[in-house]
Amino acid sequence: MNLNYEIVIVGGGPAGLAAAKSAAENGANKILIIERDREMGGILQQCIHNGFGLHTFKEELTGPGYAHRYIKMVDGIPQIEVMLDTMVLSIADGDKKMVVACNPQNGIMQISANAIILTMGCRERTRGAIRIPGTRPAGVLTAGAAQRMVNMEGYIPGKNVVILGSGDIGLIMARRMSLEGAKVHACLELMPFSNGLTRNIVQCLEDYDIPLHLSHTITKIHGVERIEKISCAQVDESFRPIPGTEFDIPCDCLLLSVGLIPENELSTGAAIPLHRLTNGPLVDQCRETGLPGIFAAGNVVHVHDLVDFVSEEGAIAGKYAAKYSAGQMCGFDRAIAVEPGNAIRTVVPQTITVRECVNEPVKLFMRVTQPMVKITVEVCDGDIVLASKKEAVAKPSEMIAVSLPYDKACSARGPITVSVKEEVK
Amino acid sequence: MKQTKKMNCIVCPLGCLGEVSFNYGNDGGVIDVEVMSGFSCPRGKNYAIKEMTNPERMLTTTVRVENGALPLLPVVSKTALPKGKVMAAARYLAGITIKAPVAEGQVICLNILGLGVDIIASRDMNTHA
Repeated sequence: MNLNYEIVIVGGGPAGLAAAKSAAENGANKILIIERDREMGGILQQCIHNGFGLHTFKEELTGPGYAHRYIKMVDGIPQIEVMLDTMVLSIADGDKKMVVACNPQNGIMQISANAIILTMGCRERTRGAIRIPGTRPAGVLTAGAAQRMVNMEGYIPGKNVVILGSGDIGLIMARRMSLEGAKVHACLELMPFSNGLTRNIVQCLEDYDIPLHLSHTITKIHGVERIEKISCAQVDESFRPIPGTEFDIPCDCLLLSVGLIPENELSTGAAIPLHRLTNGPLVDQCRETGLPGIFAAGNVVHVHDLVDFVSEEGAIAGKYAAKYSAGQMCGFDRAIAVEPGNAIRTVVPQTITVRECVNEPVKLFMRVTQPMVKITVEVCDGDIVLASKKEAVAKPSEMIAVSLPYDKACSARGPITVSVKEEVK
Repeated sequence: MKQTKKMNCIVCPLGCLGEVSFNYGNDGGVIDVEVMSGFSCPRGKNYAIKEMTNPERMLTTTVRVENGALPLLPVVSKTALPKGKVMAAARYLAGITIKAPVAEGQVICLNILGLGVDIIASRDMNTHA
């Protein structure tokens, strides 16, 4: 089956939904969202806790609540078509882009497009990614997989639970498992600090008397058919287990909340250049990847902590994909690199392209390398400060956004550096 | 002799660690809460007093759906519940089954456990196709 669209969006989560809406608002007439799940909304549908959308909607919504705001908006736009239960197998660059996808109704489809937007989101790191020693029994799951089982499918993956990783997903699942009647025995964190919000430490662990062991890791998983217990130990500054600190925790379920990485199968297949640290495609401020006409937004570019920023990024990609599709996206003669400086780990976008058709501030999204208080983030062209922002507190887990006026960005002669200045005490 | 307790504020990302003092009243409830140190703004002090005397939490959980497109419906309390009643409310809702279709915002459980708070649907749920 051969199909033809102006814009094809891969993934119907928050980034894809916002991209579709924005593309339609910016003049695209034939937009297709391809979603592999049975409904749109992406991972929001399993995040039933509240706290989403404070920036966008000025109220605290649940994940499904936030998703449904966007799904309803997209449903009301006739220029947008949606294909559910459909898997994209590959994308190819060219004068006309090509998307190969399949579903039970149509089999293999060849879908041509003027522009493609990649919004596939991210994946969880698994046991293999962190190489936990021990046997390989049942009952070891990623926190997100357990979240889907508990919140959408109606299964409880265990009754005596240990959680490795104290990021927000791990904390949220600690509470969720407790509310469903399981006993969560401990949450272990490799780092000397939690990457979760203080609110989640209080409301997801302390409320349920779940101990948080900082600077601890799992040294062995025990059990043949089913996990029976884990051994854990305190770690030193180099994250090596300290002999003599080991202890065991009996459990029938281990949940891993040990990080997220952008979903890159399609991107690598199409030879889209990726960034070493974000693990997502390199993008400019229009969210155009290294391949003209292929855009990317949301967690596929870099893992976010706020869905509001994901939607915002999707809207940017949708707008410029619409321009590209209509032949209104001018080329650029200069690309200015945006580089992380002191105490900054990553910045997105990684380049700012100087284009006549663009005239809006560039919002730079960054993560710091370690927790800090009272800092100033400076965006500099050599010695010249182009923009700055004060933050009372900065954590690696909380993305910082700094707005940079476009004319200032374009005035930079060399690479733009983003760095942290700690307040002089 | 007044008791003291250290607690983290959750109002803003600063996450101040403060200390409060309090007494237990005749009914076992916390009284005479005073903020001793650590909270850097009035919002933090208010949070600490509220958290000591009348802590409240939102509840999000699921209920079973009969004849629904999915087996579970996510639900949320319309306003916060007393913290001590959250687990009981969650266990109560675990025993409820509702019939699809359901519309987002629809009341799933009126005045749960007599606490004066309604539990509402977080999303639409169509019937099984």
